[in-house]
Amino acid sequence: MIDFDQVVMNFGEKEVLKNVSFSIEDSEIFTFIGPSGSGKTTILRLIDMLERPTSGNIFIDGTDVATLKDRERIPLRRRMSMVFQKPSPLRGSVFDNVAIGLWFRKVGSGEIQERVPEALELVGLKGYEERKAGTLSGGEMQRVAIARAIATKPEVLLLDEPTANLDPVSTEKIENLISALKERFGITVILSTHDMVQGQRLADRIAVVIDGRIGQVGTSKEIFYHPMNRAVATMVGVENIFEGRVAVNEAGLASIDVNGTSIIATTPFPAGTPVMLYMRPEDITFHVKDGVKSSARNEFTGRITKVLPMGPMARLKIDAGVKLTAVITQRSYDELELALGKEIGLAFKASAIHVVERRD
Amino acid sequence: MNEVVEGFIQAVQLIASLDEEVIEITIRSLLISLSATLIGSLIAIPIGGFIHFREFGGKRGLVTIIQTLYALPTVLAGLLVFLLLSRSGPFGFLGLMFTPFGMIIGQIVLIIPLMIGMTLIALSGVSRTKQDTVISLGATETQTVITIVKEARFAILGGVILGFGRAISEVGAAMMIGGNIRGYTRVLTTAIALETSMGNLSLSIALGIILLAIAMMVTGILFLVQER
Repeated sequence: MIDFDQVVMNFGEKEVLKNVSFSIEDSEIFTFIGPSGSGKTTILRLIDMLERPTSGNIFIDGTDVATLKDRERIPLRRRMSMVFQKPSPLRGSVFDNVAIGLWFRKVGSGEIQERVPEALELVGLKGYEERKAGTLSGGEMQRVAIARAIATKPEVLLLDEPTANLDPVSTEKIENLISALKERFGITVILSTHDMVQGQRLADRIAVVIDGRIGQVGTSKEIFYHPMNRAVATMVGVENIFEGRVAVNEAGLASIDVNGTSIIATTPFPAGTPVMLYMRPEDITFHVKDGVKSSARNEFTGRITKVLPMGPMARLKIDAGVKLTAVITQRSYDELELALGKEIGLAFKASAIHVVERRD
Repeated sequence: MNEVVEGFIQAVQLIASLDEEVIEITIRSLLISLSATLIGSLIAIPIGGFIHFREFGGKRGLVTIIQTLYALPTVLAGLLVFLLLSRSGPFGFLGLMFTPFGMIIGQIVLIIPLMIGMTLIALSGVSRTKQDTVISLGATETQTVITIVKEARFAILGGVILGFGRAISEVGAAMMIGGNIRGYTRVLTTAIALETSMGNLSLSIALGIILLAIAMMVTGILFLVQER
């Protein structure tokens, strides 16, 4: 179990982490999501005790490591392994690279002969032992780095942006491997990524890191559909964000006034509560104005003000009294004969709106 | 002019006929400078490692002093070791003045700053991520130093070769501490200095050609090492 308690980290004048607190349970995949430079890497480096926090406490299985001497940190660090964003091949063969953590631990050569091929097989590089590490491709070297990290049978595996520099095929292989490691060996996997979808695919729990702070910790569902504040919402792709005030609330179904437009949402907040509304662009549906009623509580007519094609999808900006962002498949876009400036009927469910009390 | 040409011809003859004195001086030069380089490396590389890996007050100042000492005049290294080893000096009782061992010490003093400096440059060429990778894989401090030194070994070897080049070509310390005793402490550089002053140009030229050949070999090896 890993606990951060009010951890502050400064590099010179720069505050990299500001009062960061969280706990990571054993055998979970815990992902830090955040933009580059938000402090994710620093958190992983602190867990691996490569840095000392400026203030605050870091507990690993109850031991406060912030104040431990370098020498005392080694036995604790040897229960973890870290894979860095840029894999560093050391001189020599792939075997030498994978074996090095075992040499450091003075593991017998017989056991090393068994564990190195085992680790290489796990990462799908069986038979690579004699290759020169310097000649591998980026994806192969990243997998060697993972093999090197898991050969020591760590309880905790730290992965810093493990797929940031890789092609989609290598990325998929590494993601499968990460899931398998947790399933088969019960390893606690802690990774950082700026790829929202990767976080969602892999993680049991996600912490959103924004500008040196933890914005929110939760399951991917909680993070993606119930962001706690604007920064988290923006980070996880919730593009419809409104400020409003509850006008009426009848048994949990509220009418919320957003700049004169009334939006229906499910929330327990009573009339008069200032709120923020969050809605994902995927939750807006479209229909041509033909009188067909949808089951959604919110129905609007709006004008398309911007169209951004994104491969098979199109992103639309719509002015419907409130400004909305929606996505639609390119196929539907064509079938509905949509175009810039055209009027369109749209709808979204009351339950698609996530309502959070606003405290200014 | 005639004299010089004649000197050259005789020099080639001396080398070609494997003249006993020429061979003896060459071997002694190599032995003394190789010993100094070897012992110097054993001292300089760990010191370089220590300076690189540890944080301490005055680190920058120390590195600046070391860099200044790259250009330590050979006669000053000679003077320093002379003061230490002379009969009235603190280590006079060892009786190392005017011995090959004294000369080795003189050359060690001379080349250690250069080799420490080159070790520092070599180690700082190893990326921070590589060092962190090694630490994160559970290395102790000693294991980290050894692994990173191994990673930088070709660059460090380059520094060692430079040290050897400086050792074998210096004349000040060899003269002051060795005393240029024929058949005992006479090396290539001191022999050239003496023979030239005595007008024995052919021997000087022969020894000069050999010294130059050694220097060229050193440069060649250095080039090969750095190509890797």
